[in-house]
Amino acid sequence: MSTDLTAEGGHGAVPTGPEVPTAPSPSVSRRDWPLYEVFVRGKRGLNHVHVGSLHAPDDEMAVHAARDLYTRRNEGVSIWVVKAADITASSPDEKDPMFAPSGDKVYRHPTFYEIPENVPHM
Amino acid sequence: MSAPTLDRPAAGSPDEAALQRQFEATIAADHRIEPRDWMPEGYRRTLVRQIAQHAHSEIIGMQPEGDWLLAAPSLRRKAVLLAKVQDEAGHGMYLYSAAETLGADRADLTDKLIERRQKYSSIFNYPTLTYADVGVIGWLVDGAAICNQVPLCRSSYGPYARAMIRVCKEESFHQRQGYELLMTMMRGTPEQRAMVQDAVDRWWWPSLMMFGPPDDDSPNTAQSMAWGIKRHTNDELRQRFVDMTVPQAQVLGVTLPDPDLALDESTGRWRFGAIDWSELQRVISGDGPCNDERIARRRAARDDNAWVTEAATAYAEKHRVH
Repeated sequence: MSTDLTAEGGHGAVPTGPEVPTAPSPSVSRRDWPLYEVFVRGKRGLNHVHVGSLHAPDDEMAVHAARDLYTRRNEGVSIWVVKAADITASSPDEKDPMFAPSGDKVYRHPTFYEIPENVPHM
Repeated sequence: MSAPTLDRPAAGSPDEAALQRQFEATIAADHRIEPRDWMPEGYRRTLVRQIAQHAHSEIIGMQPEGDWLLAAPSLRRKAVLLAKVQDEAGHGMYLYSAAETLGADRADLTDKLIERRQKYSSIFNYPTLTYADVGVIGWLVDGAAICNQVPLCRSSYGPYARAMIRVCKEESFHQRQGYELLMTMMRGTPEQRAMVQDAVDRWWWPSLMMFGPPDDDSPNTAQSMAWGIKRHTNDELRQRFVDMTVPQAQVLGVTLPDPDLALDESTGRWRFGAIDWSELQRVISGDGPCNDERIARRRAARDDNAWVTEAATAYAEKHRVH
């Protein structure tokens, strides 16, 4: 048999030969709605946490779609959506110098300070 | 609009060797690669291909069982099946979402599926001839999918691993509802029991093929395992599935259609007969029982519902705050 098959996708065997294109094509379809990132508060007392993304024509539809897609089993009590294009992120590489200064400031951590053993409640 | 893509150094730039070392160190430490990290183009390409075909499989996978939505024998069974088919749609969406973090475009991936430039799992090209097929798909097909997918929860690419955690939580319901359906039928009439056995006979071998070609014929496995995208070989996962499933078949009271199936006393594992790889090859390359029907229906879903997309876009445009 030919060798260009894989089951890596988790749902069964599919071909992987050179005839199967993988890279995003430069002329992407413009039909699609804007991409929204979705954040869900799992329960009262917790922060909203990023859970994924979806496409929707506007903010209100994005909330409805997020409800159906990400909370089918009581996964949350509150949803935030925000257009992906509106997110400003720190940097492409999370290891860049932006986070270096916090490594230098060990005095911001309680363990920096030596307190005698016999001092209670500290 | 696609996911925000971030600048990457051009291939061959002086920084690339350092970036490659950083990438390999992250993989070696069993840490996750995140969308904004530099990654080799081969890693990105492999992931886009794998995640896209996985997403396509979930979406096409709605069809075989969806055929029974209107014919389910009770309101309870209908509600269960509807929830299951809705989950498959959800799984497809989680996965397209993960593919987009790699710079792929969702509408573009759908186009590639419909134009047959990307593939989906061979298993969904088989027809669901009786209602027992719904149960057997849950038990065997989703059972095999779980075997494949649980290790992917530890995949080295963060968004993919997180999507798989979500998927796996929901697959357990899929498998259990299928097995319960079959147990109910096995307690029924002789005709119902025969129906279950017939469905098992038809789905057993295609389920084993879901794990892909044997290891000595799977050249991409080594690279995918080195990258932490894949955690076990095809044959390891196939054997694990057989070992899990044989005792389940015994409890159910069905016979797996393999005369060579036998317990290896020394290892405690089940030996099974030779798989007809030419069948997999045939179905994959488009000549399965339902390939044309599946694609035609996916195309119709896109085209017939285009007016909804357009109307919602027009409405959003009209009400946009300038």
